[in-house]
Amino acid sequence: MSTTLTRADVVRIAELARLELTPDEVDLFTRQLGDILDYVEQIRGLDTSGVTPTSHVLNRPVERPDTPVPSLSRPAALGNAPDAAHEAGLFKVPRVL
Amino acid sequence: MADHTDRSARGIVRDVVSGHRRAAEVCEAALARIRAEEPRVGAFNTVIHERALARARTIDASAPEDSHAARLLGVPVAIKDNLCTEGVPTTASSRILGGFVPPYSATVVRRLEAAGAVVVGKTNLDEFAMGSSTENSSTGATTNPCDPSRTPGGSSGGSAAAVAAGMTPIALGSDTGGSIRQPASFCGLVGLKPTYGRVSRFGLLAFASSLDQVGPLANSVEDAALVLEVIAGHDPHDATSSVEPVPDYLAAIDRGVSGLRIGVPSDLVSDGVDASVQRALRGALDRWRAAGAAVVGISLPHARYAIPVYYLIATAEASSNLARYDGVRYGHRAVLGKEDGLQQMYDRSRDEGFGAEVKRRIMLGTYVLSAGYYDAYYLKAQQVRTLLRQDYERAFEVCDVVAMPTTPTPAFRLGEKTSDPIQMYLSDVFTVSANLTGLPAISLPVDRDAGGLPIGVQLTGKMFDEATLLAAGRALE
Repeated sequence: MSTTLTRADVVRIAELARLELTPDEVDLFTRQLGDILDYVEQIRGLDTSGVTPTSHVLNRPVERPDTPVPSLSRPAALGNAPDAAHEAGLFKVPRVL
Repeated sequence: MADHTDRSARGIVRDVVSGHRRAAEVCEAALARIRAEEPRVGAFNTVIHERALARARTIDASAPEDSHAARLLGVPVAIKDNLCTEGVPTTASSRILGGFVPPYSATVVRRLEAAGAVVVGKTNLDEFAMGSSTENSSTGATTNPCDPSRTPGGSSGGSAAAVAAGMTPIALGSDTGGSIRQPASFCGLVGLKPTYGRVSRFGLLAFASSLDQVGPLANSVEDAALVLEVIAGHDPHDATSSVEPVPDYLAAIDRGVSGLRIGVPSDLVSDGVDASVQRALRGALDRWRAAGAAVVGISLPHARYAIPVYYLIATAEASSNLARYDGVRYGHRAVLGKEDGLQQMYDRSRDEGFGAEVKRRIMLGTYVLSAGYYDAYYLKAQQVRTLLRQDYERAFEVCDVVAMPTTPTPAFRLGEKTSDPIQMYLSDVFTVSANLTGLPAISLPVDRDAGGLPIGVQLTGKMFDEATLLAAGRALE
């Protein structure tokens, strides 16, 4: 499968990635992402049948006791929030509906 | 101004512990050096003059009795600006974190401070550590103190430049594909990427979680060993941090290289590698041989695929990690019109907040994880990652460490690779394997080219065997 990335592909990926790209950015990324995908194409020819994928080099289960411990206070957690409702203790976002 | 001992963290500790100098004097000297060099170098995003001096005075007022709490007593340190520092802005050199002041410090920062270190500021980086030149920064590029027309490397270029310019004797960086070792090589420093899991990442702004590690940049192997000893070890806040005991690295550095088997993948070190870099590697091997080591030929047949594998895995993980920057809880939020809703807030805040390289990587990562492409790209890359690990396992049957260049060339010029992402990616060809395999790797300053630019050599070791890397590095000093 040779990669031909279209403008429409880039627009669709941008939507998935929650990025509002400018038309210039769409043009630039169509070209550059196409080049990068052509470059990474070389691994597709390697025979990897039966090879276990490595998602992580330390594949061990990690457990800890399920005990509550102190964490950030509500004011500290809200301290960096744009437009937070500090008195109500809430993050604020534009209307959803 | 700066005393010659200010290039050595251990020298400063000796002076401060013995009462020969005050921590405040050392701190003032570092701040003066920063004032003098910053206009030329641009290593820092934030310098915390008052806070650093106040901290140094506190140390002078009540030095710890416990020698463990004095391992870095009075030593000024620079922290890469993708590590959280309580009460001090942390930006990752990105507009999207404009105004962000963390309510907590990264574990590595806390450990440095608990050992007596004095944080003087936060250093510039390629935005979110994505880059190899510290040019992808919303605050502007850092220059190489060895030659202002060249990059210091990246992404920990600010940390490398701060140490190379004598502003601080040590600095912390992070390394996802070479971001400590490549700038160390370009700036003539020792740079160590520890084994995956050796050092806590709690408080490190995540880029690619299966690859990221935090490590030191220093002027000497001794100082790199000292910093590693302070920051290494299990952290309950980071489930990927290892419970493996932390050895006495400082005691290990002088054990020599007699009998050490150094593997060299000669087929890898040929095309596209600068003659000066090849000469530097040969020179280092000769010196190790003269000190009692044996050099053996090895083969890493899948290392040539490391760059494509890396850019598929790292971008996939990045697209997921950077989904948290949404304008809701911290950082930049776009100014919205009356008709705009939540979706516009996400999309516009992210478009305004992220720079071009970060967007490029989020886009690539989103693509390779998307339906229909996952198996062909992401899964395939993870399988080749396994083959690469097996290459190293086989190599370590006949050798103890693997030697290769850190980078194919000495420091490149500012602007030289910014228009071609793939050319920039290729400068990581020797460094990404250590991240994909989790193995520890060190860059050692071994030579200079005809123009005086530093050249590094890289050693990769077995899992949790940083001690052998440090001892081999020490043997060349």
